[in-house]
Amino acid sequence: MTNTAADTTLYAQGLTRSFGAHRAVDAVSIELKRGEILGFLGPNGAGKTTTMRMLTGNLAPSSGSVAICGVDLLERPVAAKLRMGYLPEHPPLYRELTVSEYIELAARLHRVNRGALRQATSDAIARCGLSEVARRVIGTLSKGYQQRVGIAQAIVHQPDVVILDEPTVGLDPNQIREIRALIRELGAQHSVILSTHILPEVESVCDRVQILHHGVTVFIDTIGGLKQFHGGRMVLLGLKRPPPLSEIAAIAGVARVEAAGEQLLRVSFSNDADASEALARHAVEKSWGLYQLAPAQSSLEDVFALLTQKED
Amino acid sequence: MICTIAGKELKTLFASTLAWIVLTLTQLALAFGFLKRLDDYMQIQPQLIRVPDAPGVTELVAGPLFAATAIVLLFAVPLLAMRMIAEERNNQTLVLLMSAPLSMTQLVLGKFAGLLAFLLLIIAMTALMPLTLLVGAHLDFGLLASLVLGVALLAAAFAAIGLYASSLTAHPLAAAMIAFGMLLGMLLAGETAAEGLRGRGWQVPAAFAQLLSPLKNFEPFARGVLDSNSVACLLLLTAGFLILTIRRLDTARLRG
Repeated sequence: MTNTAADTTLYAQGLTRSFGAHRAVDAVSIELKRGEILGFLGPNGAGKTTTMRMLTGNLAPSSGSVAICGVDLLERPVAAKLRMGYLPEHPPLYRELTVSEYIELAARLHRVNRGALRQATSDAIARCGLSEVARRVIGTLSKGYQQRVGIAQAIVHQPDVVILDEPTVGLDPNQIREIRALIRELGAQHSVILSTHILPEVESVCDRVQILHHGVTVFIDTIGGLKQFHGGRMVLLGLKRPPPLSEIAAIAGVARVEAAGEQLLRVSFSNDADASEALARHAVEKSWGLYQLAPAQSSLEDVFALLTQKED
Repeated sequence: MICTIAGKELKTLFASTLAWIVLTLTQLALAFGFLKRLDDYMQIQPQLIRVPDAPGVTELVAGPLFAATAIVLLFAVPLLAMRMIAEERNNQTLVLLMSAPLSMTQLVLGKFAGLLAFLLLIIAMTALMPLTLLVGAHLDFGLLASLVLGVALLAAAFAAIGLYASSLTAHPLAAAMIAFGMLLGMLLAGETAAEGLRGRGWQVPAAFAQLLSPLKNFEPFARGVLDSNSVACLLLLTAGFLILTIRRLDTARLRG
């Protein structure tokens, strides 16, 4: 138990935040281990940014607690914030400062020792590929570089936890690839929470996924576990002579049917039901020309759509 | 930590054109006033010699100069302070400071110190003007020190009020208007209310009115009197508005 506690860099429990009568985040718990990248997903307005603001001490939660490496954020905010780096959705850049001035300011604000200041600043600048523009004024840099300055600011003090809110928004594909590589690299040394709604990004970068919808956690699993999320619960059905979709949907245990290609259907089952056998029997009896019935490996996109659309 | 923020604020101020314009205009206006006063003094000097116990050059030239500085600060401080919090909120850079390991008190005091350092620079440059008279005249250094201290305390109170106004909104110009409105309101209220209330014998309300009237509190300094009541009033005013600013930022974190 003590061993796992030492490995847990961020532990948030029952985070709740209401704005008036509207409950933006409801009892969300997050656990992050050292060297882990957690993908934090959800449609717009799911409460991702609100949660991150609470995790970083920018917003007081209505209830719940946050501990960074065992230090309570609400009781000892200064000690907890020392171990955390945050890149908000809108990078907090002072446009009139040069890159190195700004990174040095961020290092000073995070109490990097006077002696280590220069080294920490140049390390962060080099890691984020900013060496060429270090002397330039931030306001004159392109969006991609500004985003990197934002990341450099979050890692300059070697925090245990790095929280990045949509770090690749508005970047071109090359920049996105570079930033993703940087995030993977960060994950080796720090724990990272990555908020995004770009799903391939999560699949390529993260170890674990947590999906938020209407302020509630609807899914937590590893990327590996995610691929089997449906496992027996969704199949690909190949029919040479497909009947109207409604006919298949009428079979007991079938929740949803959609076309997945020519003569190929994706059939999902309602909770805990396995209608594969019934599907096969119907197909043979009514001679639909069954040629394939296989469990579908779900992509994150399917899971995301399934979890965040079912209530609407 | 406070020094880090103060240094950053100074850097930001000097990176903006506004600060340089304010610095230039205040120096121009004050230098003009100073020379005009000096000229007047030169003209009446022959008559002054004949008057026993006549006011000296410090009283006649430096006194009005610092009174003018107080008025100039009344206009300049809202402009200099308006960006400090409002613009950080507007540009969403306040998040950097909020997520950094520092308390709200350190944040506000740092910004206040940065602004005050800039204002002290204005005051120091103003003080240089009468000091040039040392070439050919004797100065009353006691009175001069009292004037500088008075204007510095006044500047601190103005800065705290400007900072508080800046914490109320995300629009720098609105913050400047709020600060200017507050200063002007306090000035008028203090001027009229204190006299009226004291006239009716209501000492306690009159004392409160005086607390809220920064310029009224500057008057003893201009006479070279170190009035503990005035010093306390200005310090209280400064501390009060700094606390209000800290509270305001803390509330923002609670309300979201």
